[in-house]
Amino acid sequence: AMAGDGGGNAEHGGSPAPQRVLFPPTFSVSEIKNKQRRHFMFLRWKQQQRKEKLAAKKKRRKEREALGDRAPPKAIPKTIENQRVYDETTVDPNDEEVAFDEATDEFAPYFNRQTVPKILITTSDRPRGRTVRFCEQLATVIPNSHVYYRRGLALKRIIPQCIARDFTDLIVINEDRKIPNGLVLSHLPDGPTAHFRMSSVRLRKEIKRKGKEPTEHVPEVILNNFTTRLGHSVGRMFASLFPHDPQFIGRQVATFHNQRDYIFFRFHRYIFRSEKRVGIQELGPRFTLKLRSLQKGTFDSKFGEYEWIHKRREMDTSRRKFHL
Amino acid sequence: PPQVVWSMLGNRQFCSYKMTTKTQNFCRNEYNLTGLCNRSSCPLANSQYATIREEKGRCYLYMKTIERAAFPRRLWERVLLNKNYEKALEQIDENLIYWPRFIRHKCKQRFTKITQYLIRIRKLTLKRQRKLVPLRRKIERRERRREEKALIAAQLDNAIEKELLERLKQDTYGDIYNFPIHAFDKALQQQGAESESESDAEREEEEDEDVDTREFVEAEDSELSDFEDMDKLETSSEEEQEEEEEVEKKASHPKSKGKTPLKGPARRKRPYIEIEYEEETEPTTKTKAA
Repeated sequence: AMAGDGGGNAEHGGSPAPQRVLFPPTFSVSEIKNKQRRHFMFLRWKQQQRKEKLAAKKKRRKEREALGDRAPPKAIPKTIENQRVYDETTVDPNDEEVAFDEATDEFAPYFNRQTVPKILITTSDRPRGRTVRFCEQLATVIPNSHVYYRRGLALKRIIPQCIARDFTDLIVINEDRKIPNGLVLSHLPDGPTAHFRMSSVRLRKEIKRKGKEPTEHVPEVILNNFTTRLGHSVGRMFASLFPHDPQFIGRQVATFHNQRDYIFFRFHRYIFRSEKRVGIQELGPRFTLKLRSLQKGTFDSKFGEYEWIHKRREMDTSRRKFHL
Repeated sequence: PPQVVWSMLGNRQFCSYKMTTKTQNFCRNEYNLTGLCNRSSCPLANSQYATIREEKGRCYLYMKTIERAAFPRRLWERVLLNKNYEKALEQIDENLIYWPRFIRHKCKQRFTKITQYLIRIRKLTLKRQRKLVPLRRKIERRERRREEKALIAAQLDNAIEKELLERLKQDTYGDIYNFPIHAFDKALQQQGAESESESDAEREEEEDEDVDTREFVEAEDSELSDFEDMDKLETSSEEEQEEEEEVEKKASHPKSKGKTPLKGPARRKRPYIEIEYEEETEPTTKTKAA
């Protein structure tokens, strides 16, 4: 180690990495006590690594070109989506059990077109300006929705009133420190209740290059990447917010895109420039949701039957494991 | 002797219960009747004193007399007051019957205040209680970072555009958009080699459509440009279309797992658009097939 150290010290004049540098086998950069010298040696080591890597790459590319057509296919880079831990509740497209379940669950009347969605949007107590504006914009995005402000009313008491007035869904936006940060979505006639954490809320005026206001046409719905059973039920919940027959004249589309357990909501207006190109323009608010819990019945925090709760200790153990 | 006590402790700053602010002096003694530091409300400087204190929702009257000044353990005598407001007031009156007016009055005032806040507590516990859940900083940071990464990985615009183009290809929009389906058709033929017979039938229909519209399209184009240019345009768009088709096919297969379940058993029959398609375009397709 001393010899190597002496050698390193001698080169300390800042000269570029000499070719004949040979570190003794037991030498490691971290053993040098002097910070400056250690840093210098580390940089030199890094440079060497980079050179080696570049040389290896070049070699590989040459080999590939030399082989020409017989070259082995390119290796697919690993992404988190590729490496995702296989979830056993992933839905198979041809699964009959799932199809049967879906035909008989709470959303069946919606998908059979027996009910028209009617949505009540409300907030927690005393909403501040941002939340109020967000509620209004959300009401323009979701057709057939009404905003009512809650002045200290208990949720458990307004639910029967809503059912009596034929509402199909209830959205409660929870607010903290003047920004909305939670969303409770509950399907009313005894349907599941989902509690989300909402983040990155952008109102319409904060979105760049936005268009005019969303019109009254019924938008289309895109639901991406909801693969597991849980994801399925959540996706169906979202789908049931919008009326079943979109009006294509409106050319509006609401997207719920699930990526690594985060659900991104966007609202766009699209236009087909040719049969292969489409232009989209973002209007309407945008936000991201993360599912915290899913309850069987309507909103009931104490006695409800939870179908799924996010338990941090158990569920966040692996970076490649997702639940939606 | 209380005079001495007051002149030593209360008047000057020696009393440990005394708290001074800019405008007032407070007494932190738990037996104090009013909470202020005065000669008449100091429990140390008055040998005859009474207070009301409440424990666990019940109110007690505490009394201190000169006779017991030598026995600190038995100094404060405690009387449980009735739950009924008026009866309790009578109890106070009969216990403090010959006591100075000031103490009696202040006791009753304090008792009133205490009962009122107890009522309020009971009312509030019946209403919804807000539970404050603390945020954990590390977790917040982690979640925010993961969200950013997920956003980048999602490539939302691309995904939405792909989905819309898919829907256009599968004719969910019906006849609203008239695009030159020539290149379109080539791509469909390629797809048709691998997909089910249903798509074959549809393809035939579309070919018929194409036969009708192809002439129309060519005529339009010939007005705009030369024939050479049009050929070049068509061939280039064909190639693009073919490449795009392959890529899209490959991309759509792993994606179909995520999309198709929500759209029902077969890919073309989506629960929320299926019937619309049949209603709107069925008559037109019938005429064209004929």
